[in-house]
Amino acid sequence: MRAKTLQFLLLLLSIGVLFTSCDDDDPVLENSLLTFSFTQNFDGDAVSASDFNQPKFYNEKGDTLSITRLRYLISDIRLYKTDGDSIVIDGYQLVDVTNGTGLTFAPTDEIPQGTYTGISFIFGFDSIDNVDEAYPDLNLANWNWPAMLGGGYHFMQMEGMFLDDGDTSLYAYHNGTAKPDPMVMEFEQNYFKADLAGLALNKTNADIEIQMDIAEWYKNPHLWDLETLNMMLMPNYNAQKMMQANGKSVFSLGEVTQTD
Amino acid sequence: MNALVKYLFLLAIVLQIASCGEDEQGCTDPLANNFNPAAITDDGACMYDNTGPTPYELEIPQVFQLQLPPPFIPADNPLTVEGVALGKKLFFDPILSADNAQSCGTCHLPASGFTENNAFSVGIDGIAGNRNSMAIFNMAWNFNNKFFWDGRAIGAEGQAFGPVVNPIEMHNTWPNAVASLQIDPEYPDLFDAAFGTSTIDSNLVVKAIAQFERTVISANSKFDRVLLELESFTESEVRGFNLFTTEDGDCFHCHGTGGNPLWTNNDFHNNGLDETFTDKGLGAVTGNAFDDGKFKTPSLRNLVFTAPYMHDGRFETIDEVIEHYSSGVKISPTIDPLMQFSFQGGVQLDAQEKADLKAFLLTLTDSSFITNPDYQAP
Repeated sequence: MRAKTLQFLLLLLSIGVLFTSCDDDDPVLENSLLTFSFTQNFDGDAVSASDFNQPKFYNEKGDTLSITRLRYLISDIRLYKTDGDSIVIDGYQLVDVTNGTGLTFAPTDEIPQGTYTGISFIFGFDSIDNVDEAYPDLNLANWNWPAMLGGGYHFMQMEGMFLDDGDTSLYAYHNGTAKPDPMVMEFEQNYFKADLAGLALNKTNADIEIQMDIAEWYKNPHLWDLETLNMMLMPNYNAQKMMQANGKSVFSLGEVTQTD
Repeated sequence: MNALVKYLFLLAIVLQIASCGEDEQGCTDPLANNFNPAAITDDGACMYDNTGPTPYELEIPQVFQLQLPPPFIPADNPLTVEGVALGKKLFFDPILSADNAQSCGTCHLPASGFTENNAFSVGIDGIAGNRNSMAIFNMAWNFNNKFFWDGRAIGAEGQAFGPVVNPIEMHNTWPNAVASLQIDPEYPDLFDAAFGTSTIDSNLVVKAIAQFERTVISANSKFDRVLLELESFTESEVRGFNLFTTEDGDCFHCHGTGGNPLWTNNDFHNNGLDETFTDKGLGAVTGNAFDDGKFKTPSLRNLVFTAPYMHDGRFETIDEVIEHYSSGVKISPTIDPLMQFSFQGGVQLDAQEKADLKAFLLTLTDSSFITNPDYQAP
């Protein structure tokens, strides 16, 4: 009897050790593995760096323009469940279309598997995250927004050339914190939350495409006139607020592929 | 008792299985004798032979620690005391040139911020080059890893290959250079100490030079001391900084706001020097016409030591550089859109603004750099 009791206790001990020894860092089979892909288009036509430096784009106002450089920052991707609950994926991504870096983002956060029907992110940084010089990799990328204009970081740099009555002119469509009065050192947060409709995520692994329609920066709701708004846009409060408004229709959900 | 032994054995097996998922600990230093390539976390138990190269502890300036990622040190060329010392000796040794008269240090003088105060350097045959000698400092943070004005070399190692064989520079061949080193009474032992072999080849030579170059750091300017709250700006310097970091002067998009202490983005731009190009710069390397006229953004540190300026040394003074950006910008098909005011010749600064901008630029001077004994010829 004693031997059998001892055997039973040892067996229980063995089982108990087996189930309790794995630490929190062990892979948890029920978490999702997500990859976000950032793609760009102009009114639905795919755009990549190979399309840059060519006057092949026509904005809503009818300006002919080229793109020389495009970089933008997104942060705090959030996934929503049908009950309204959500999880946030901490972190940010500098998407550099010009150099082809940052075009995919595979967060290391543990994302509980479940059914998600909504996705959003912050374009740029919100007021909590937009801290001057806080991110070494963004400092190295010369992504800082000047202290005179509020500090923190750029949200987007889009530059190129456009035809102005037959002459070629330059534009630098740079977005970040807004400064209402050039003579007063007060600033206004200028990020926005992009809500993307149409997500139906219910499997373990997924590739999620986030599309930027560049044309939308020029039209919705504000018709952007490059002839009048092409340079010195960083300290231009009205231009910054127009960018914020136009940006809200720029992003959409693209292809979502998911597997168990 | 036999049953007890069996169950204890079973328990031991279970415990072994149950240790699943723990990160393997071990020595993670590839220079150590007991380096464990499977180790994820270092256990602090690395062991080193007395005869192996000694890891070099790169002293990273406080401002760099605060603002930048750790330096880029390639895995196949870690910094060692012996490697850095060898690299420094090679850097200043004319043995690499065909006539034993010219070293890297001939055209990259510490007193000049590791450049030369001539528009073009002259090689051993008396032939002048066509590009200004680039200043060497803070190379370990050049993360795009492209070197020369036109980015044609990858890595500091890749860059060091070029001048030795360039006909208008050291005009040697690598076999000759290596042979000279091999018969030298000192170098075989120095290479053995640094790389574990006394058989010298060109790869080891450039690796040593690159190691030395990565230790050359400049980060003790007035601006750095202001960031550390050890000094204060003058009013003129503040005005100059504001010009620099707003679109009024618009220097910051290429040279940084101060959040990037390198004072360069290490990228390539056409900054409006010419309407047409005799030197295509990056375009000659990529073959892409959209890259014509683009050259690497240099750091603005130590300008008082590194004249003349631009890829061809066309500007003798800082005042001339400021004048270029103020009213001398030329338009070409590949002009960088960041040169927003190029269609009016530039940012059109008045006299006070020019003086203020210059005052700010001078705060990037690191006088201790040019006299640092670690960087002088042995």
